[in-house]
Amino acid sequence: MARPLLEVQELKKTFPARGGRQLRAVDGVSFTIERGETLGLVGESGCGKSTTGRTIVRLYQPSAGRVLFDGEEVHSLHGSALRRFRRRVQMIFQDPLASLDPRMTVGDTIAEGMQIHHMGTPKERQERVQALLRAVGLNPEHASRFPHEFSGGQRQRIGIARALAVQPELIVADEPISALDVSIQAQIVNLLERLQQEMGLTYLFIAHDLSMVKHISTHVGVMYLGALVEIAPTDQLYSEPLHPYTQALLSAAPLPDPKVTRTRPRVVVQGEVPSPIDLPSGCRFRTRCPFAMDICSQVDPPLIEVAPQRQVACHLHAARSTAA
Amino acid sequence: MAGAPLLEVRDLQVVFHTYAGLVQAVRGVSFAIAPGEMLAVVGESGCGKSVTAQTILRLLPTPPAEVTGGQILFEGRDLLKLSEREMQQVRGEQITVVFQDPISALNPTATVGSQIAEVVTLHESVTRKQAWQRAVEMLQLVGIPDAVQRAHQYPHQFSGGMRQRAMIALALACRPKLLIADEPTTALDVTVQAQILALLKRLQKETGAAVLLITHDLGVVAEVADRVVVMYAGEVIEQAPLEPLFYAPRHPYTWGLLRSVPRLDRMRQGALEPIEGTPPDLLDPPSGCAFAPRCRYALRICRQMPPIEQQVETEGHSVRCWLNDPAAPAGLRRPWAEGEAAVSQEDLSLQPRSAPPQ
Repeated sequence: MARPLLEVQELKKTFPARGGRQLRAVDGVSFTIERGETLGLVGESGCGKSTTGRTIVRLYQPSAGRVLFDGEEVHSLHGSALRRFRRRVQMIFQDPLASLDPRMTVGDTIAEGMQIHHMGTPKERQERVQALLRAVGLNPEHASRFPHEFSGGQRQRIGIARALAVQPELIVADEPISALDVSIQAQIVNLLERLQQEMGLTYLFIAHDLSMVKHISTHVGVMYLGALVEIAPTDQLYSEPLHPYTQALLSAAPLPDPKVTRTRPRVVVQGEVPSPIDLPSGCRFRTRCPFAMDICSQVDPPLIEVAPQRQVACHLHAARSTAA
Repeated sequence: MAGAPLLEVRDLQVVFHTYAGLVQAVRGVSFAIAPGEMLAVVGESGCGKSVTAQTILRLLPTPPAEVTGGQILFEGRDLLKLSEREMQQVRGEQITVVFQDPISALNPTATVGSQIAEVVTLHESVTRKQAWQRAVEMLQLVGIPDAVQRAHQYPHQFSGGMRQRAMIALALACRPKLLIADEPTTALDVTVQAQILALLKRLQKETGAAVLLITHDLGVVAEVADRVVVMYAGEVIEQAPLEPLFYAPRHPYTWGLLRSVPRLDRMRQGALEPIEGTPPDLLDPPSGCAFAPRCRYALRICRQMPPIEQQVETEGHSVRCWLNDPAAPAGLRRPWAEGEAAVSQEDLSLQPRSAPPQ
């Protein structure tokens, strides 16, 4: 098998907290993404999914562990190798208004990356801006307008055009549709899917909306309090969730279907997420888990493979390890 | 709906005076809530759902807002005609509200218990001790553990979900007849959202309070509502009891909303079906149906004349859409006549397992 496009190995990111303590935002996360795949990373606020994404694109330095992009260690790149990495990996943010410069025209914003990476002549860049605007469903004549003249969905299209301008291979999309209305979300998701097919893109899609993640992802990873608790091919994860947290998350997500809502099985979890400064002993989910056992408070369950491509970190499934 | 409604909004019109001109935020909204009922008002940002809720409570700053027409009848009294003093009696006692963000709605400098007790003493003749006792009872009712101790804590010592529970306790302390919940779970994580929705439903049944639930999330609606009002561009475009709205919607917008969300519990079926385009600018709303520019089924009349409200077969189901006009030709393309349902009731489900292997 060819090497994966992205490999994340035992990634940790801590932030200093009050009293000399450490906030463990990402606490030993490992996964890989193959070319052309989409990994959806889901979890509730504070689970570390955005920190993971930001560390991958070098917005943060990791506290431990490493990130390999196309076999190269991302955080030790410099010089021309770093420039190349920055062209090949692009990010799309949640709030397109905050991530677009209000004083730059849309055309300049989209062309800026190409200019930095010395791609094409000014005229070629201009033409590419037009082509990109068309590709994301905007009027090419609007290149001279400013971000405030567009609606939220249109601004997100501009953010996508900017990311695509430098012909990236991996796109890290951090909650790209959360700020948009339902009827607009589907437009953007369809656009991302079409562009992926046309340009052979690989996505890391970070979101908390489980139904959109299911739609767009080939694989899904579930995070809880800084750890990856389960990762699997999408259909398997949704049809047979193994980790009690994944089960709870899926059964808590509201479904727009009153009859199914009334009858579907529920895994109800009590309480709320504990503080990442003061993690529970053993399994970090045990304080809310309806199936917690004695061992759960003593031993932190490692992420183990229980079936091909299926990994879960839970003592209930320890016996199923294929590695044993 | 049997009997007199608790609240009736009649042809409500609200505008905002802005530098750009007059924004017509609410354009002739009418609906009613029966005592003890949970009515969801659903729509996307800018559709006027929150402005309607805030007008009922008379919380909108005027100017820039101005109510230019309509009535809000609460037990037959027009709230728009009350003095500010009379309105204060209604607010907190008869009608209360839970907002999206509890941290900005609670007073950071007072304990949670004292804030609830204050409301009770303002509206009822009780001693301070009785009011405090009620505060503790309310916190217990909404599922706050160690309520006796927790009542002495400040809002910042509560987690997000606990704060929203405290807000609900505050809102229900004087046993109101109507609770307005404006996006009460939007800021919460999904597992906590499920807890708060279950709590709201339980309290609606136990206290007999009617609930006006404002939300953008059709999943939330399916979970708790009895009846649904769908708003678009400042107007009510469809209203129906819960199941007819999901399984037999008659407005192309409702239809499109239901079809554009992928299903968590179903196999993937090709590309999503978005509603193309964006909502109209309410500085200059279209002269015909506001949805016509985005509607795949629009007729010539849709662009010229606003549609008249039509009753659909099911009791209490009405829609504003020319496709439903009795005089509309039978052979017209209509989303509900094209074979597929908005929410399919066939079992295409991925079967989620309820418990892991032991």
